[in-house]
Amino acid sequence: MTANEIYEKLKSQFGESILEFTDEAPSDPFIVVQSNKFFDICLFLRDDETLAFDYLVNLSSVDYGEKLAAVYHFYSLTFKHRIVLKVFVPRDNPKIPSVETIWRTADWHEREAYDMMGIIFEGHHNLIRILNPYDWEGYPLRKDYQTPEEYHGMKVPY
Amino acid sequence: MGILNRLNDPYEGGGIILGTLEDILNWGRAKSDWYLQFGLACCAIEFMAVNAPHFDFMRFGTIPRTSPRQADFMIVSGTVTLKMAERIKRLYEQMSEPKYVISMGSCANCGGPYWEYGYHVLKGVDRIIPVDVYVPGCPPRPEALEEGMIKLQSMIRKEAIFNKRKRLAEEDKLNTLEYSQNSIEIKERV
Repeated sequence: MTANEIYEKLKSQFGESILEFTDEAPSDPFIVVQSNKFFDICLFLRDDETLAFDYLVNLSSVDYGEKLAAVYHFYSLTFKHRIVLKVFVPRDNPKIPSVETIWRTADWHEREAYDMMGIIFEGHHNLIRILNPYDWEGYPLRKDYQTPEEYHGMKVPY
Repeated sequence: MGILNRLNDPYEGGGIILGTLEDILNWGRAKSDWYLQFGLACCAIEFMAVNAPHFDFMRFGTIPRTSPRQADFMIVSGTVTLKMAERIKRLYEQMSEPKYVISMGSCANCGGPYWEYGYHVLKGVDRIIPVDVYVPGCPPRPEALEEGMIKLQSMIRKEAIFNKRKRLAEEDKLNTLEYSQNSIEIKERV
C-alpha cells in the first residue's frame, strides 16, 4: 500500500481527526493527526487486515516552538509498507494518549520523550524519567532549556 | 632483574640486598596495583584493548577487581555524567588507603567535547575526587594509558610511607584552609 492509500483509508475511517498529509521528497510521507483520537487510530493501524502495522520503528519528539510534536514511524513486516504519524500538542499542556499497550516498544520510547521533552503520555503504566536522574528539573531537549548552575553540590558549567 | 639474579646466585651477591625499608616496600606496592574496573564511555573500549593480550596490562602487575574494597587505584575511563559522578564518588570513598586515580581521556580530564553544552556532564572528574595521573586523548591510545600507568608506578615508588601520616595531616590543613576560603567566596556570591 502506498502512503497516499494509507492516508485515504485513515481519512475514510476517522474523518476529521486526520488533519494533513504531506508527501514531499526527501522526507518520508507523513500524516498529521489529532491527539484525542490517536489511540484509536493506532489500534486501527495495527489491527486492520490490509494495514497491519505490527512494528513501531521509532518514536521521537520535536520542539517546534509554540508546539511540541511526537513523531511515530510505523512499518508493516507483513506488507513491507511504512508510514509516519505526527501528533502536535500545545506547549503548556502536552498530552498524548500512550500507545504502550499496542506496541511494547513504545514503553521506553515514551519514557524517553517524557524525560527529554516533557510530553506526557496518558495511560502509560510507569511514566518516569529514563535517562536523567529522577530528581532532575526541566526537560533538556526543549529549546528554552537553561543549563542548571549546580546539581547536588556539583558545579555544572565549565 | 639484576637484584633477582643476585639473590639466586649465592656466590656473587651473598643473598643479601641492601636498601631502605621504604624503598623495598614501595617497590612491592608499585608493582602490584589492583584496579577497580569500570568503563564509562568510548574510552572503556581502548581500556579493554589495553587489557587484551596485544597490550597486556597485567604485565604491570595490575589485576582487575570488581570490588572497590580490593582495589588500589581506579581508572576513570570516559565521560562522567552527573548521575554517574555520585556513584564514582561513593566507589572512591569505599576504596581503602592508599588509593590513586587515573583520569583517562578528555572527558574525565575536563569535560572534553561536552565542556560547553553538556548539561549532564561533570567538567572533569577532579571536581569530585583527587586525580593523580591525567591521560590526555579522545580516546587515548592504549600506549598512552600504559604511559600513565608507568607514571603512576614511578609516583608510588617515590612516595614517603613513614612520614605520610604527618604529611597528609599538613596537606589536609592546607586543603581545609583552601576549602574554607572557597566556601566564603561562594557565600559572598550568593
